[in-house]
Amino acid sequence: MNAQQTWPADDASPAYNYAYLDEQTKRMIRRALLKAVAVPGYQVPFGSREMPLARGWGTGGIQVTAAIIGPDDTLKVIDQGADDTTNAVSIRRFFEKTADARTTEATAEATIIQTRHRIPEAPLRAGQIMVYQVPQPEPLRKLEPREAETRKMHAWAEYGLMQVKLYENIARFGEVTTTYDYPVMINGRYIMAPSPIPKFDNPKMHMSPALQLFGAGREKRIYALPPHTSVRSLDFEDHPFRIQSWSAPCALCAATDSYLDEVVIDDQGARMFVCSDSHHCETRRAQGHRGTMLGDAATSGLVDPSPSAVIPGDRRETRDPFRNPTEQGSGMDPGSALRSARDDDAKVEAGAKS
Amino acid sequence: MTTNPLIGAGFTDPVFQSQSAFRALLAALSEPGTRQVVTGGIAPPDGLHAATATALLTLADYETPIWLPPGLRDDVAGAWLRFHCGAALVSEPGLAAFAVIDGASSAPLLADFNPGNDQFPDRSTTVIVQCTGLDGDEAVTLTGPGIANSRLISPAGLRPGFWAEVAANNDAYPLGVDLLLSHGDAVFGLPRSTRIGEAI
Repeated sequence: MNAQQTWPADDASPAYNYAYLDEQTKRMIRRALLKAVAVPGYQVPFGSREMPLARGWGTGGIQVTAAIIGPDDTLKVIDQGADDTTNAVSIRRFFEKTADARTTEATAEATIIQTRHRIPEAPLRAGQIMVYQVPQPEPLRKLEPREAETRKMHAWAEYGLMQVKLYENIARFGEVTTTYDYPVMINGRYIMAPSPIPKFDNPKMHMSPALQLFGAGREKRIYALPPHTSVRSLDFEDHPFRIQSWSAPCALCAATDSYLDEVVIDDQGARMFVCSDSHHCETRRAQGHRGTMLGDAATSGLVDPSPSAVIPGDRRETRDPFRNPTEQGSGMDPGSALRSARDDDAKVEAGAKS
Repeated sequence: MTTNPLIGAGFTDPVFQSQSAFRALLAALSEPGTRQVVTGGIAPPDGLHAATATALLTLADYETPIWLPPGLRDDVAGAWLRFHCGAALVSEPGLAAFAVIDGASSAPLLADFNPGNDQFPDRSTTVIVQCTGLDGDEAVTLTGPGIANSRLISPAGLRPGFWAEVAANNDAYPLGVDLLLSHGDAVFGLPRSTRIGEAI
């Protein structure tokens, strides 16, 4: 604590408050968070501030994290499950710089996990706080564009329109085609957007022992799920909610129970499936789990197959067994290339310049 | 009632003292019925428990009118809150964003405070109920969000019929006030989502 108290004394330090936001802004966000926790799933309006990165890059999540983080916290930031993609690295660096934050990639060590579009595969525990970056907090927005109307629909729990939308999906396609941001009913009262996590992650929200906070900076909304809160994915008796499944295990760590990204690896249509949760995949490989493609890479001499040779955090060699070693410095692994290509949010190196 | 006419000190290190106090309050309201220690290291003014004073110092400012019992409002506690929080002190319970009540006094009722409205239930009052103890009296069972199965609490020094008022407050969900029961440096959170039952 003493280190933090004397922290701004260094003349080279920037002239802003701990965790960037001023104290009045933090109080405003904290009041919104307490009301959000008291009415799970209800979207509390808040005065979203300008942040040193553009809205749509996670400013809501960053403001929530800034309002709650303290010297005792350890922060993990993930973007589509990965700790090492642009958005995650930038936000982690932002809090290292402005809040002197301890950061980690290990899910179990983190007290605050800020996330964009995934919930980690490792089970969350009591005392952890998940902070979600939310692009569109209003689950009814695509059905009803007027805020005044959606607010009344929530006020009176008029959610028939959402059921009709799901029904029309089934009538037209034979199944509900929503695969991410799948609407959920919270505590039997409010329909909530779980942020664009895959529906694979929806069951992890139900009765989770961790506190879950959601921040939408551009849309100026905060909402929350206390621990042990009922989260029901909307469905029909004859079309029950189902999560995604894959026919192949992870090509690198052979996991069969994790969410997999499909990665196209050549121009002949060949593809591989790899864990989207990079820390989960690395942990399994360090434990000696071997996927088929990792084995191929080992026989071709590109990677050392012994577990000790897998360096956590460096996935250039282990993740892409097909790249020519001389080109390794050139860019991203295929997983992050795919993630970048399908991102709905623009992504550039965030504002925290080094 | 006035023993010390001077306004005492507030936080010596506002950034970190308010951050740790807020995390305790967040834990209190997200896990209702768990005892949370709200430490700010401050000496509260006469009439306010340390947890009450720290919570208000952490959350209240010029945007949040505070309701205090008249005896406290016109005394050093009122002056202390005006000075440190810059908050307006209101005499109408329904206008308050935060309120402090004595658990044993018969007025005002919880229903006198602002329950929010159907489109903005977040605009309700947060009521800090000062008790004479956080255990030792009639036990009640809590269930609802934030509680794995059920939880027992037995705070002391609450007026007769208090739990019926809390149950009525929950019946109006998602409207209603959110409660913090405070004594000394500890609080119980009791948000409107928590259902009250008799102890088994």
